[in-house]
Amino acid sequence: MSTREQQVLDRIDRARRSRARVKDELITMAHGAGGKATHTLIEAIFLEAFRNPLLEPLDDQAVFAVTAPRLAFTTDSYVVSPLFFPGGDIGDLAVNGTVNDLAMSGARPLYLSAAFILEEGFPVADLTRITRSMARAAATAGVQIVTGDTKVVERGKADGCYINTAGVGALEHPFTLGAAQARPGDAVLVSGPIGDHGTTIMLARGELGIESDVVSDTAPLGGLVATLLAAADGVRCLRDATRGGVATILNEVARASDVAIVIDETAIPVRPEVRGAAEILGIDPLYVACEGRMVVVVDGAQADTALTALRSHPLGDQAAIIGRIAVDPPGLVLLRTEFGGTRIVDVLIGDPLPRIC
Amino acid sequence: MRFVDEYRDADKAQVLAAQIAGLCEPGRHYKFMEVCGGHTHTIYKHGLEDYLPENITLVHGPGCPVCVIPMGRVDDAIHIASQPDVIMTSFGDMMRVPGGNGSFLDANAAGADIRMVYSPLDALKIARDNPSKRVVFMAIGFETTAPSTAMTVLRAAAEGMENFSIFCNHVTIIPAVKAILDSPDLRLDGFIGPGHVSTVIGCRPYDFIASQYGKPLVVAGFEPLDILQSIYMILLQLKEGRCEIENQYARVVPWDGNHKALQVISETMELRPYFEWRGLGVISHSALRVRESYATFDAERLFALPGVRVADPKACQCGEVLKGVLKPWECKVFGTACTPETPIGTCMVSSEGACAAYYNFGRFTRTRVEQAVKGAIS
Repeated sequence: MSTREQQVLDRIDRARRSRARVKDELITMAHGAGGKATHTLIEAIFLEAFRNPLLEPLDDQAVFAVTAPRLAFTTDSYVVSPLFFPGGDIGDLAVNGTVNDLAMSGARPLYLSAAFILEEGFPVADLTRITRSMARAAATAGVQIVTGDTKVVERGKADGCYINTAGVGALEHPFTLGAAQARPGDAVLVSGPIGDHGTTIMLARGELGIESDVVSDTAPLGGLVATLLAAADGVRCLRDATRGGVATILNEVARASDVAIVIDETAIPVRPEVRGAAEILGIDPLYVACEGRMVVVVDGAQADTALTALRSHPLGDQAAIIGRIAVDPPGLVLLRTEFGGTRIVDVLIGDPLPRIC
Repeated sequence: MRFVDEYRDADKAQVLAAQIAGLCEPGRHYKFMEVCGGHTHTIYKHGLEDYLPENITLVHGPGCPVCVIPMGRVDDAIHIASQPDVIMTSFGDMMRVPGGNGSFLDANAAGADIRMVYSPLDALKIARDNPSKRVVFMAIGFETTAPSTAMTVLRAAAEGMENFSIFCNHVTIIPAVKAILDSPDLRLDGFIGPGHVSTVIGCRPYDFIASQYGKPLVVAGFEPLDILQSIYMILLQLKEGRCEIENQYARVVPWDGNHKALQVISETMELRPYFEWRGLGVISHSALRVRESYATFDAERLFALPGVRVADPKACQCGEVLKGVLKPWECKVFGTACTPETPIGTCMVSSEGACAAYYNFGRFTRTRVEQAVKGAIS
């Protein structure tokens, strides 16, 4: 072998062992084909952002030991549009949403998986931005992303980037929390102002010509839940008020527990910006999604204890008691309006369609 | 929130409620119609009926633009949307309205391109952005929304747009109110007049209601205190033996209306000889069509329409509900076959429709709800 040939082979060998770098600006079908481009993408983008000892071997699965007597397990897919919005992006959302679903059982979130469906032509820079915010959100929530998957579909077959995350969490306490646990006399609380996320997304789509300072409330609620459960052992149910908002959660609890829920409109925290946008669009903030707020049902005797605990945490400093569980009429949510009247708060049919006049 | 909270003050409502109760003659029953669907929505959303004495009944009128669109017109619109290279645009309320052959949402699932817009100007923008497509705006509504459609046609004409048209279904409020007054099955004591329509047409067109039919009408705003105050004003007229058109919503409604708005409507549109209203039947001179001079923006002229009259489903009693003869819950299919999820009649679709409002906000007996709320929140 000539010296020249040896030099070239050495250079190739060095290149093979050097740190992977994605040189393409756009995702191509090759990135999903399982070959060199896929590996480069995984190493340069995903491993770079999420790096941890369980992910590092890049095996087909992550293997870990657990000591908790019970595990919580959940999955959720994220298809938000636009992908980037004031206060967050699809990356934060994909981590926080799944972390929160775990936290609502009282579990301590441990590990997540992350599966990406990318549209051909999606900017690599956007993917990098999304994975970095996922990594930040995971660090904040105290979880690790330990396994994943990537698929690329032809242009037009998806809207940029979809993410699925699944997660496991450790249940280290004996409580059974759930929508069917509410009893007459219990108190209903929310952990903060409602409707921020949904309003942000509606305005960020730019179709309405309304400008506002409202930002998404996306946040991991594991810490807030731990604080609450440490203070109050009479917690019956925790639910994060995502799609369908607080109204939908309350209806689920009323039906599952066969109780009435009576809430007071004047007690429900809503930011003025959110209320203003809702007034203009003719929608009710009770139905607008949150991504960092939860509904708490707690033994009535512990309502103030729970409120104090929530307010001691930065994510719950504007928590409020908004209503009570009653006996009759079972399965219904009733509202005392700010005007002093009463009405039923029903589940929503379809999307909230803005009224025209 | 300013300009909102002051019209929802529960203390002021208590005072008005006491004055209303004081004006009611013992033993007499009062029936008032709120003409406008926006009022129906406010009444249910805020639980306003809790403030009214037992002997006042509110009857929900025909002023919900979506509710009065006949099924045949929905079918015509879907027919247009199904033509090659057509983008149909519509207000959100229309999307779930059932025609004889499904709704806009169903048509979308089957491959049509029907998009929700918030203003006809948004539809015009879609036309500008898609020069190879024919963009049609499904124009609905009373005199409230007609000016914005008219302005859009004028804008399209000024820009020389060749791929934009409107499917005009605008209706006018006065013939509908007259049809209700002529209906023999209904005895009303007065009207809560439509607020938004009146910002355009003013208060004078209602004169005949007082002078010929002897009914008082008070044009009302859309906050709950506006409606309570207008009920008080109607009762005061009855008590004092007056019968007049009054304007509670003077902060918005000029007595003579909005000349500029009326002028753009009449520049671009003219009265149709007749038009079918869902539930009310054919009413002469009750709707608008595009004038000949703007024919190139008229989807009715550009597309061959089936124009088939589709009879309302037999079980549906939307007509009686729209005329106020039946309360929503008195309809045979209310809450069973006809729900907001699977509406048979249009009154169940829009949040302004009497049936949807009643189903969503008030389908339980009021006393039971009131008791539960009082018991839980002291």
